[in-house]
Amino acid sequence: MHLMYFTEQPMSAYPVEEGKRLGYTATMFPNKYFDPVEATRLYHERLEEYLYAEEMGVDGIMLNEHHNAPFTMQSKINIFASVLAGMTKRVKIVLLGNPLPVCDNPIRLAEEIAMIDLISKGRLVSGIVRGAGQEQIATNANPAYNRERFEEAHDLLIKTWSVPGPFRWEGNHYQFRVVNPWVLPLQKPHPRIWVPGVVSRETVVWAAEQRYPYIALNTTIEATKAIWEIYDEAAKRVGYKSGPENRGYLIRCHVAETEEKAIENAREFLWMQGEFLGLAHPVWANPSGYGSPATRRQRLEARKRVIPSFEQQLEMMQIIAGTPEQVVKKLRILLEGTRPSILALWGNDGMVNHEDSMTCIRLLGQEVMPALREIGKELELFSPIELDTPVSLAATPQHELTPSSA
Amino acid sequence: MTLTSDVATEEMLELPWGKVQVLKGGAGDPLLVLHHDTGNPGWLPFYDELAKSFTVYVPSHPGFGKSDRPDWARTVRDLATLYLWLLDEFDLAPLNVCGLGFGGWIAAEMATMDHRVFRRQVLIGAAGVQPTDGEILDQFLVSTTEYVQMGFSDDANFERLYGSEPDLDQLEVWEINREMTTRIAWKPYMFDQSLPHLIPGVKTPTLLVWGANDRIVPLNCAQRYLDGLPNARLDVIDGGGHYVEVERPDAVAKSVIGFLTD
Repeated sequence: MHLMYFTEQPMSAYPVEEGKRLGYTATMFPNKYFDPVEATRLYHERLEEYLYAEEMGVDGIMLNEHHNAPFTMQSKINIFASVLAGMTKRVKIVLLGNPLPVCDNPIRLAEEIAMIDLISKGRLVSGIVRGAGQEQIATNANPAYNRERFEEAHDLLIKTWSVPGPFRWEGNHYQFRVVNPWVLPLQKPHPRIWVPGVVSRETVVWAAEQRYPYIALNTTIEATKAIWEIYDEAAKRVGYKSGPENRGYLIRCHVAETEEKAIENAREFLWMQGEFLGLAHPVWANPSGYGSPATRRQRLEARKRVIPSFEQQLEMMQIIAGTPEQVVKKLRILLEGTRPSILALWGNDGMVNHEDSMTCIRLLGQEVMPALREIGKELELFSPIELDTPVSLAATPQHELTPSSA
Repeated sequence: MTLTSDVATEEMLELPWGKVQVLKGGAGDPLLVLHHDTGNPGWLPFYDELAKSFTVYVPSHPGFGKSDRPDWARTVRDLATLYLWLLDEFDLAPLNVCGLGFGGWIAAEMATMDHRVFRRQVLIGAAGVQPTDGEILDQFLVSTTEYVQMGFSDDANFERLYGSEPDLDQLEVWEINREMTTRIAWKPYMFDQSLPHLIPGVKTPTLLVWGANDRIVPLNCAQRYLDGLPNARLDVIDGGGHYVEVERPDAVAKSVIGFLTD
């Protein structure tokens, strides 16, 4: 298994009452409430925690980015990745991921990622995402072309890394006279690419067609199984058999010395009324054109969604909290049910303080993860890194592929 | 709101690039009505008034309503070009035009590309030029319902048409129309930087009509059109918002027909 530590890097020092008064904490939540002194403290606490996570034995540190909101302090994923590339020695730096459609210059992105890969001595996993709806507004990227831009930026990124320059790119959304960046990644043909997601069937199919592992973000066991069915079918169609090495999973999981303490801190996972992307106008979260026409009506119906209570989410194992022994039992059920080989443990969120975060990281690294590795062996959950699988379908030898016409 | 008039018929016009849904009613010289970005809500009382003097054509813009979506279209000028194509294909030009809001922008673009396509043009609360003060209300930051509400000067007029809470079918129609608007008008929002430089070439007699309480397109946009168009005048109607033709159909029709038949 590949076991990662994750936190949203919440800006816990924001005025909660203002968010409640306005009714939103994202996109248009005024940045006059950003406190740079507190932000400096929080960035350094997070950095200390990441270094500690490496010391405690995690395999990877997962990073993500969002804009215009206190629920995530990382507005540019490559910045923290660069810092970690220089300051850590062993862990994989797992970007989940760079939002491609909001990027107007994929060549610049290719250069940044290549530099991080080199500085980390090849420890980078360079995930990619479409970016949530709100990111399109924060960066003024046209949501109607989100998927087209995602796919074209991806193609350009891969070509930039794997085909010698100079060459010219005259695409639908991107045009470059000269593609010939000097800096290229250490890992060949390029760093591994993983694709995280929540709901989009198209993205699951696309990831499977590229042979990129798909990381299900805190979906229910049933929903996760449905994702694997879609993935497996697409994999079979393009000619390979998918398995645990193609599957990742992110789960909110807080551990503490006592169950009582763990439960108390785990409540912070719902700190913004349980909205992963902060409180926002539904239109900001789901701008027109961002979703596919096939799910348009369903999305309009779902705008008044109800978030299950903390207790319900514990019951459904959408949140796991307890002592190491308690959470390992639950994680076993999850691993047996969904069979991922990549597992990200989202340890700390909301107002959980630095001291408790460090305790959580120590217990995850020293007690939970060693037990999970044993379960992984027992269930034969081997990661793409352990198996050294091809990084993509394009990098898979032709004779290993048996596409089906079905 | 749906088509509820025995005055009008609905048909699908076949063009080489796709189909266009058109409502048609009345008799007399042709008058092209170009609808708002929220779509054509049906055969309006305003159209009935116009239909007493003209054969009124109300197409759904490419990508709106039941009209086919040209996936390649990137700008409002692309839509304007498709309309010029349509008029040529069905031998309708030259004719009169009445553009509503976003439809007014399309009409203005058409006029800059073909100075003789319109005998006379009416632009009602037209988008297309950057306000000298304030902004055009950005629909992409509010729900479709909120956006349509903002188009009325009086909430009661909204409720009369759509009820206090529009149903799912209505929301879906607005969503489809907004998707197309997103494709072609995401940024810069609701204006074209080159349009003010091109309209001085349009000598077509033009009537600008604005609802005095238009909360979508600021009245100073009317002044920009007045400053640019060499042959234009402005009529501001009290008691109306951006959908002034819905809120004050008689007054707007009187002004429009007076101008077109002058």
